[in-house]
Amino acid sequence: MFTDASILFQIAGIGIIVALIHTILKQMGKEEIAQFATLIGFIIVLVLVINGLSDLFNQIKSVFLF
Amino acid sequence: MDILQIVLVGIIASILYIVLKDINSSMAFFLIIVTGIIIFLSIIEQVAIIFNLIETLGRNANVSGLYMETILKIIGIAYIAELGASLTKEAGLSAVAKNIELAGKIFIILLAVPIITAVIEAIISFLPT
Repeated sequence: MFTDASILFQIAGIGIIVALIHTILKQMGKEEIAQFATLIGFIIVLVLVINGLSDLFNQIKSVFLF
Repeated sequence: MDILQIVLVGIIASILYIVLKDINSSMAFFLIIVTGIIIFLSIIEQVAIIFNLIETLGRNANVSGLYMETILKIIGIAYIAELGASLTKEAGLSAVAKNIELAGKIFIILLAVPIITAVIEAIISFLPT
């Protein structure tokens, strides 16, 4: 999953879209929904990063005989 | 994944970081973590190749397996401590980064204890008593 740089663009895209949604919702006056949207975007990227970290640590465990 | 791709990933990540820093700073830090993961994943195969070479050389020179394994573990601990320390330092938590480095050093010393005792016993056995 982490062999090329496409994941970087995905994360940047999600970050920008979430920020846009947040500002748009804030202009529309729906504060709490804007907070939820930002939180959901954050969680999506968090899951992505945690999958990457678990791949890395599994590989490290296998190589370094932990 | 040779050095060109790694440098390219680094440059792309820095550009995206600058773009993302003002818009959404938490995503920018995720970007840094993912870049670290990509680079570390790409060099871990090369490290494995180097280790196989070291192990075969060690076996030819019939160095006992314990030392080889300890060396491997020490390098692994340094590898992970470096990753953790650099990421936390990047996030601005330099104190936590120093703590991680200190913990890494202590674990390395902990691993070196049996080797140190073996060396000291060997030296003592040479001394004419």
